[in-house]
Amino acid sequence: MANETTLTKPAAEEAAAAEHTRSGRFYRPHVDILEQPDELLVMADVPGARGDRIDVKFEDGSLSIHAEVDPRQSDDREYLLREYGVGDFYRTFRVSEAVDAGKISAEYADGVLTLHLPKAEAVRPRKIAVKTE
Amino acid sequence: MVFRYRNTRHPMHQLRDEMDRLLTGFLGQPSGGPWPGVGRGHPAVNLWEDADAMIVELEVPGVKKDQIDISVVGDELSLKIERPDPTPEDVTYHRRERPVGAFGRVLRLPADVDAGRVEAELSDGVLTITLPKAENAKPRKIEVVSA
Repeated sequence: MANETTLTKPAAEEAAAAEHTRSGRFYRPHVDILEQPDELLVMADVPGARGDRIDVKFEDGSLSIHAEVDPRQSDDREYLLREYGVGDFYRTFRVSEAVDAGKISAEYADGVLTLHLPKAEAVRPRKIAVKTE
Repeated sequence: MVFRYRNTRHPMHQLRDEMDRLLTGFLGQPSGGPWPGVGRGHPAVNLWEDADAMIVELEVPGVKKDQIDISVVGDELSLKIERPDPTPEDVTYHRRERPVGAFGRVLRLPADVDAGRVEAELSDGVLTITLPKAENAKPRKIEVVSA
């Protein structure tokens, strides 16, 4: 019995626009996005996901993360407390920085997905040496 | 605010959980949000039971097992979880939503726990704690003896 008021994870609104073959609810993972001199670092909380079932896409400056999470309990489980729901995570971002798409890498550990988006050479900060005569 | 869990099925347990507030929560976690009463300083839990045990599940992404402290006394489960802030130097945050810091929670369980047999498992950021019921708390089938 899914009850909206007991959920702690916000639902992913963006997911409605995309096509998915699985039904059910999507959750919006909490993310940190850090800008470092040479890359953007995205860390997303996707607890319960398995590394081989996380789909990361980067297309036309849009980054999408979809982590499949199977139910851990049967539908008819009765809860004494049910403060969060379990389901897929989905979220998309616009990435305005120029990113070298071919060099994006991802790792997954302990329920956290980490994406490295290296900046394209052209936009990396460059230190210009000033010559003195 | 007493009825934070008004949508759970067992009203008996709703009031038993108020000790939570005694402990501090996620530092820096914004309060409020679309669902009042949750996400406000303590980790969300799911709790269910079967005949032999109560099971508590939490989502603790990024937390290592040595950052989790679990203790049980009687029917009370105390959880302390530490999620360090690994902020590297020289960065600019574009989004910062993942909670960091120390947080804790005390849960009153519906039955006494056999503390010696509690097991906890951490897998892909999901912590599952199995709390076997104390012998005196288990349901017992009473045979009717005919005279």
